[in-house]
Amino acid sequence: MARTMAEKVWEEHVVRRADGEPDLLYIDLHLVHEVTSPQAFEGLRLAGRPVRRPDLTIATEDHNVPTENILGPIADKVSRTQIDTLRKNASDFGVRLFPMGDLDQGIVHVVGPQLGLTQPGMTVVCGDSHTSTHGAFGALAFGIGTSQVEHVLATQTLPMPPFKTMAVTVDGSLPEGVTAKDIILAVIAEIGTGGGQGYVIEYRGQAVRELSMEARMTICNMSIEAGARAGMIAPDETTFDYVQGRPHAPRGADWDAAVEHWKSLRTDEGAAFDKEVVLDAAELSPFVTWGTNPGQGAQLDSAVPAPEDFADPAEHAAAEKALAYMDLDAGTRLRDIEVDTVFLGSCTNGRIEDLRAAAEVIKGRKVADGVRMLVVPGSMRVKEQANAEGLGEVFTAAGAEWREAGCSMCLGMNPDQLQPGERSASTSNRNFEGRQGKGGRTHLVSPLVAAATAVRGTLSSPADL
Amino acid sequence: MEKFTVHTGSAVPLRHSNVDTDQIIPAVYLKRVARTGFEDGLFAAWRANDPAFVLNKPEFAEGSILIADTDFGTGSSREHAVWALQDYGFKAVLAPRFGDIFRGNALKGGLLAVVLPYEVIERLWEAVEADPATQVTVDLQAREVRAGDIVQQFELDDYTRWRLMEGLDDIALTLRHTDDVDAFEKQRHAWLPVTQ
Repeated sequence: MARTMAEKVWEEHVVRRADGEPDLLYIDLHLVHEVTSPQAFEGLRLAGRPVRRPDLTIATEDHNVPTENILGPIADKVSRTQIDTLRKNASDFGVRLFPMGDLDQGIVHVVGPQLGLTQPGMTVVCGDSHTSTHGAFGALAFGIGTSQVEHVLATQTLPMPPFKTMAVTVDGSLPEGVTAKDIILAVIAEIGTGGGQGYVIEYRGQAVRELSMEARMTICNMSIEAGARAGMIAPDETTFDYVQGRPHAPRGADWDAAVEHWKSLRTDEGAAFDKEVVLDAAELSPFVTWGTNPGQGAQLDSAVPAPEDFADPAEHAAAEKALAYMDLDAGTRLRDIEVDTVFLGSCTNGRIEDLRAAAEVIKGRKVADGVRMLVVPGSMRVKEQANAEGLGEVFTAAGAEWREAGCSMCLGMNPDQLQPGERSASTSNRNFEGRQGKGGRTHLVSPLVAAATAVRGTLSSPADL
Repeated sequence: MEKFTVHTGSAVPLRHSNVDTDQIIPAVYLKRVARTGFEDGLFAAWRANDPAFVLNKPEFAEGSILIADTDFGTGSSREHAVWALQDYGFKAVLAPRFGDIFRGNALKGGLLAVVLPYEVIERLWEAVEADPATQVTVDLQAREVRAGDIVQQFELDDYTRWRLMEGLDDIALTLRHTDDVDAFEKQRHAWLPVTQ
């Protein structure tokens, strides 16, 4: 029977199947960070259980990390305790950890792929909803809760309920200036924040095939914002080129065997998806959010909608609440919205290509008066590469702050936060109330829009410069 | 884990769709390393800034069942959202649709997340708003929610129901099948990466 890629990868990992029970899946790679792991390690300790496969587990420090003075002690005592707890747990249980100051430290979803630990056909989990990022390689990658983190640490498996499959096809080629971020924001606006619930999404079509690996990661990263269990893209030459030669990639005869296998993972001709969504790339343009969930977005060329524009009573009420929180009036042109902060970074858009794209726009220009721009590389390796290419200098010459690697302003767990009432254009993934700091207001944008917005001070695309 | 069979208590109507886990508990509360004491973080921003927020109303102070709207618990995977609800005193959450990871976390940890049709949720809101003392019963044995003349069956797979009713730890259940895991590991592809 013709099968989808998700079904093939799932089947390959079934350890145990029994009537009336969820499948028990084997987990090939478990990524760990400081926020969702302390209670899991404590659970192991209380039960006297070891980590079954420390050699399939890797830890990094990211959410709490200050992006300045990273070698000094963390000023916030509670954050420091959480970091210290991870260090102790990693040492007690034999898990390899990349601490602050290590060249391999960074955001967990940037670190895995850059080391070559994320490969096609694998099952990948992490106590973080943006684990869907790794699906860009054709891996089945799920965000999990802390109880599940403990379960994987103890058993290297997870009982998982069955899933449905959805195909999101983007036909044609993207117009100039339109990026992966615009695709995924448009997809979420189309299917809604709950539209993907219970599904593993496979992104396909010419526009997806033409994307680089890093752009594919941006798309898969935000699958969870549509409510999906995971997002995947079939591995192809772009994938193989990206993986080959990385520190943990297979070599020699192993490489050939792996590639042979990876090619077999693609969805079979004629395989049926439970749901299909089709977008025309030619109709896409830069996309930004105006509300307080990632589905509340619109083309930058348009205006803030009115609650009355939504027929559904729940969406109507949600729009009303969002406009009040965002302090926006219906009918305001999105291009007229002024921001005081621009954040370029996160597991969505903190990779080298994102920094290159933004630097290209901002080179020789200045960040507008009254605007603060934070540029935060996704990992220390990304920072090193960016510095080697002179990108750090481009950002600092423009008046932006060029920081150390971490989750930074994507979420209010470290010193990089919005103050109440401040408004940002952010390349991160969530515009929830208070996400970037209590009372802060967030517009999600692509790196190109972030850079142009920093220069003009209002939501803008490079074409406006 | 505590066994869950039947729970009866008063309820809290939360008429707000798309309540993401950042609203259930803001990130600043996630820095702690303990497993308990998250009740102060529950809906922290709304409780602090909105006097009309339902949990700020004394008539709903005793509620142990949260009647929520569509897409409750979307967003971040933080299990702290489940812990905060439990630490505050909630035993069950009823909603037309949940964020996937949240629902999984809830059912792992013994907080019963029950999917009910929107019309039934609306009737429950109305009943509870008309009389906050209305007793709502969540009966896992019968897979049924009851309140006054409202009686509604709900779906939950047999395995999860059994696990919750027995109060069983998922890890202990899996460890019974260690032989299967050992056998699986022997046939994994040789090229798969290791971290050390």
